[in-house]
Amino acid sequence: MTRRTGRLRPAGVLLLVVILAAVPFLLASYPVSLGGRILAFALVVVSTDLLTGVTGMPTLAQVGYFGVGAYSAGLVGIHWTDNLIVQLAVGTLAAGLLALVTGVVAVRTAGIVFLMVTLAIGELIHQVADRLDFLGASNGLVGIPAGTLYPGGEPLILAGYTYWWALLVFLLGLTVAYVVAKSPLGLSMRAVRESPTRLRAVGQSTYVVRLVAFIIAGAIAGAAGTAWTAQTRFVSPGDLAFSVSALALLSVVLGGAGTLWGPAIGAAVVFLTRDWLAANYFTGHADLLLGIVFVLAVFLLPRGIAGYQLSRRSDPPHSGAAA
Amino acid sequence: MGWLDANLLTMLNGLALAALLFLIAVGLSLVFGTMDVLNLAHGVVSLTGAYIGVALLDPATGTIGFIVAMLAAAAIGLVLGAVLAAVTSGVSDHLRQALLTLGIAMIAGDVLGEVFGSDVRSVPPPAFLGGSVEILGRSYPAYRLAVIVLSLIIGVALFLVLERTKAGALVRATVADRTMVEAIGVRSRLVLGGVFAVGAALATLGGLLAGPVLGAQPGLDNTVLLLALVVVVIGGLGSIRGAVLGAVLVGQVQTLGVSLLPDLASFLLFGAMAVVLLLKPAGLLPARYGTGARA
Repeated sequence: MTRRTGRLRPAGVLLLVVILAAVPFLLASYPVSLGGRILAFALVVVSTDLLTGVTGMPTLAQVGYFGVGAYSAGLVGIHWTDNLIVQLAVGTLAAGLLALVTGVVAVRTAGIVFLMVTLAIGELIHQVADRLDFLGASNGLVGIPAGTLYPGGEPLILAGYTYWWALLVFLLGLTVAYVVAKSPLGLSMRAVRESPTRLRAVGQSTYVVRLVAFIIAGAIAGAAGTAWTAQTRFVSPGDLAFSVSALALLSVVLGGAGTLWGPAIGAAVVFLTRDWLAANYFTGHADLLLGIVFVLAVFLLPRGIAGYQLSRRSDPPHSGAAA
Repeated sequence: MGWLDANLLTMLNGLALAALLFLIAVGLSLVFGTMDVLNLAHGVVSLTGAYIGVALLDPATGTIGFIVAMLAAAAIGLVLGAVLAAVTSGVSDHLRQALLTLGIAMIAGDVLGEVFGSDVRSVPPPAFLGGSVEILGRSYPAYRLAVIVLSLIIGVALFLVLERTKAGALVRATVADRTMVEAIGVRSRLVLGGVFAVGAALATLGGLLAGPVLGAQPGLDNTVLLLALVVVVIGGLGSIRGAVLGAVLVGQVQTLGVSLLPDLASFLLFGAMAVVLLLKPAGLLPARYGTGARA
């Protein structure tokens, strides 16, 4: 079970964290803010992998819960407090709560039907954001004040500071995802993917395992949403569109489903291709570039980016796409 | 009678949309049912058909010209389907199929946008169907009625081929037990490739016929793909009768529903789908054989 999520080498992880933390010292303000948004999106993709790869429930709803977190943080910022920790807590709770309410019915389905139900959830959240006036409707939520870390503290305005906050939330969320995946619950989640019948045979309810996984993943996506708002101070319904949900799911496959860290890298590749490579060098052709990346990945990286390094292992790859 | 009178044209529009959606969605459904391939490039295949209409049709197009355009669309669809079948044949995992076919769709959509521009292109109906007919004292575009009739004919023909011919029996057998079909000496891959090609040809044909109703523009491929997916899962994967029912429901939700409940317009489609799937996860009329019903 440890092997499925990839082996963590403490020194390597520490080096990676140091490099990520040093980004604001190395790059200009625009790339830093792009990096911060990548971290928020990557955390959504990690939450998508927790369901898709680890539990075998391919989902298109995570961007919706991300939106719940993002809008909640924005509303808290406008109407209550600019404290980022409060915003993180409220956004995470709100997304987790909605994941509970929607998950109660959604996780009764499986495979492609579950995929379509989650598509409906994501689209319905998107439409709510697009219609409700107190969320800014199609104009998006504007006028969110810069966040602070403690009462009376300096607002975080510089890209470097909001980046660090996003990095903190990302590392927090990733750690939770790893801990869950390696816990006894994570073992049950893998059992849901591999053999739900056997899991039932040993007396566990697959329904409860699937629901709990759904709530945790929703809450993590909500946390990612608050990190997004802390940087952009603006949430648009377009951030929750179907195309973003599709990219989140494809990032999981591109990165290597079930490995958690692979999908985070997949998210970075997708985001950089769309918002840096296409925006700067091939204006208007983001779809072409992303399409080429996806097609190449299917044939050159059959186990995703994570599988490239792990390909010498003998155990077969898992994607949990059984319908 | 008053209600029916007021909403008759809206319901007819819903039927015309259903006819187009059926033609497009039935291929998606059969390919999933027989090949277990989720082809997310289906929307762009259909959009290709619409652009074939942009290229070949003008307001003066006569009967012959329109039939030529239909044959051209079907032929190009057959080729596209065969290519997609070949490309996806080595990829059995659904998520990687999604990555591959959506990647292809994004590339093809970008190329189509480059060739035909990013503007909405309208497609004229053929001259002999350009007028309108009287229905209960109201005039209605003849073209849309023709689309409904043509789609009915194709649907019935498809059903008869699948249920009453030897080729249809082979397809059903392949759905039910691929290994057994191989064992009696049939190359199941050819059967599957054929289904893929015919399904794509129906999608390009549907796209061509949809041109005069929906137009052609970048992004329409995603809209069509989403609608077709909703049709297919509501109706039941791999089932022709299910695709008919799903298309009729989605057509009415998108026209009658939106006209009766304008405030809820944007929630209706996915709300309706969620309700259907939670009550009947296998769809309303799942396939009676094979893997489609299992999903």
